[in-house]
Amino acid sequence: MIVAEAKPLAEIYALLEGKKKVLMVGCKECVTVCQAGGEKEVGLLAAALRVKRELAGGPALETTEKTVQRQCDPEYVVPLKALAAEHDLVISMACGVGVQFMAEHLGAWVIPALNTKFGGGSVEQGIWEERCGFCGDCVLHLTGGICPVARCSKSLFNGPCGGSHDGKCEVSDDVACGWQLIFDRLKATGRLDLLTEVRPPKDWQTSRDGGPRRVVREDLRL
Amino acid sequence: MTEASAAVTGQPGPQLKSGSHLERIFEAGHFAVTAEIGPPKSVSSKSIREHAAMLRDYVDAVNLTDNQTAIVRLSSIAAAVHVMSEGVEPVVQITCRDRNRIAIQSDLLGAYSLGVRNLLCLSGDHQVFGNHPGSKNVYDIDSIQLIAAVRDLRDRGVFMSGEKCRYSPRMFIGAAANPFADPFEYRALRLAKKVAAGADFIQTQAVYDLERFEAWMGMVRDMGLHERVKIIAGVVPAKSAAALRYVSTVPGMRVPERLIDRIAGAADQAAEGVKICAETVAHLREIEGVAGVHIMAIAWEKIVPDIVQQAGLLPRPRFEARTDAV
Repeated sequence: MIVAEAKPLAEIYALLEGKKKVLMVGCKECVTVCQAGGEKEVGLLAAALRVKRELAGGPALETTEKTVQRQCDPEYVVPLKALAAEHDLVISMACGVGVQFMAEHLGAWVIPALNTKFGGGSVEQGIWEERCGFCGDCVLHLTGGICPVARCSKSLFNGPCGGSHDGKCEVSDDVACGWQLIFDRLKATGRLDLLTEVRPPKDWQTSRDGGPRRVVREDLRL
Repeated sequence: MTEASAAVTGQPGPQLKSGSHLERIFEAGHFAVTAEIGPPKSVSSKSIREHAAMLRDYVDAVNLTDNQTAIVRLSSIAAAVHVMSEGVEPVVQITCRDRNRIAIQSDLLGAYSLGVRNLLCLSGDHQVFGNHPGSKNVYDIDSIQLIAAVRDLRDRGVFMSGEKCRYSPRMFIGAAANPFADPFEYRALRLAKKVAAGADFIQTQAVYDLERFEAWMGMVRDMGLHERVKIIAGVVPAKSAAALRYVSTVPGMRVPERLIDRIAGAADQAAEGVKICAETVAHLREIEGVAGVHIMAIAWEKIVPDIVQQAGLLPRPRFEARTDAV
């Protein structure tokens, strides 16, 4: 899933200066699962913003709270258009995709309440970790199901650099060496042969730098 | 083809890949000695030229580091030009951290056109270690892919795109190996990949732990790699017990505790550090498959002649001057 976390309250609050009526929209998909922008978080943030405005002695802040199935889909965003028009500002509590779909379809000023972090999952209660680098050309079949793009600090393709030590990355003892993990997995599964081949340079055209990427499925088009 | 006619065609000469002094040292069967100069964090070439002049008669070639530890410094290629002006052969270090394949290949052409014949292909220290931790790293290609690219330009005359290069750089290709990093059992396999990609010589991480180094060399010899690539063992003289203690904490370094104790117990710690370094060089020289030493005395370059002398590696061989500029 897309993992996101809340922006600092002060940062969001500063963006509300001069606004009286704010529409706050959560999303029931990834950000609900990672507890950053679901119905519960929308309610908490709305209350916090109202109280902060009240304590500051400014004009009362009126909030309308909505949580849609998903913001990355016009089907759920477009119906908010009339409601958005009744407000001074829209706060999206979805990932960056949701913020953009809202801005695109509502014709309103939309601000993000979250920082979108990465494609990952929960490794233990309260901790999420990146797993996918969204490079557009998956190599997990060559690396024992561990992504060198996302999990090596240098996105190396031909094994661990000279900074790998005791299973840790040179960057920090809090970071596991991705290539040590790959090595261990391939060794355990008897596939170390995969590490002896020289991997050619990656074609990053599938990854980024070519403008927004698109997937076109002719079989699904109307 | 004589060396004189080779000079006219811009070719390196019979059986030589690059014709660099370092390559000729190996070809003639000599034990190579190289050193390292860290370019300054300024435009002044004074320290580079002074160190090069001082090292001229003591080493066969000098490495110029490429923004080592991710700190902005005078470029390794520009530094190489200053070194050459002092009559010293450079080994230009090039990392994959700061440049994509376009910039790297462009720099290769530029470096060769300026007379550079030795290249050391590195991944590069992560930017978090340097003075611009907020910078974005590149790693469009990794060090092994870089080695293959330099080889393809030399041996096939083609860029990474497959497009032909009319006058292509003919570099003597170096790579790094760290016998002290993990996973240990993969380290010789990784070296094999670098050799397969086209490395002609290898510079290792600084050797303090000779036991581990010998174990690694055993694996290297078992794979026959020492016959396919020239292995230059790295050494770093320790100025004090405290300095060596710090080195022992750097990721990918291994320092036996007894060495730190030995320096701590000496009346003159720096002299003891030099003595240990010279002893290490003498030991390395006896290991089958070790073809040279690389003395990394960054910020202590002036000690290199003493180490070379104490290790009995003088005088350094000289060859006829090379005039193969394109």
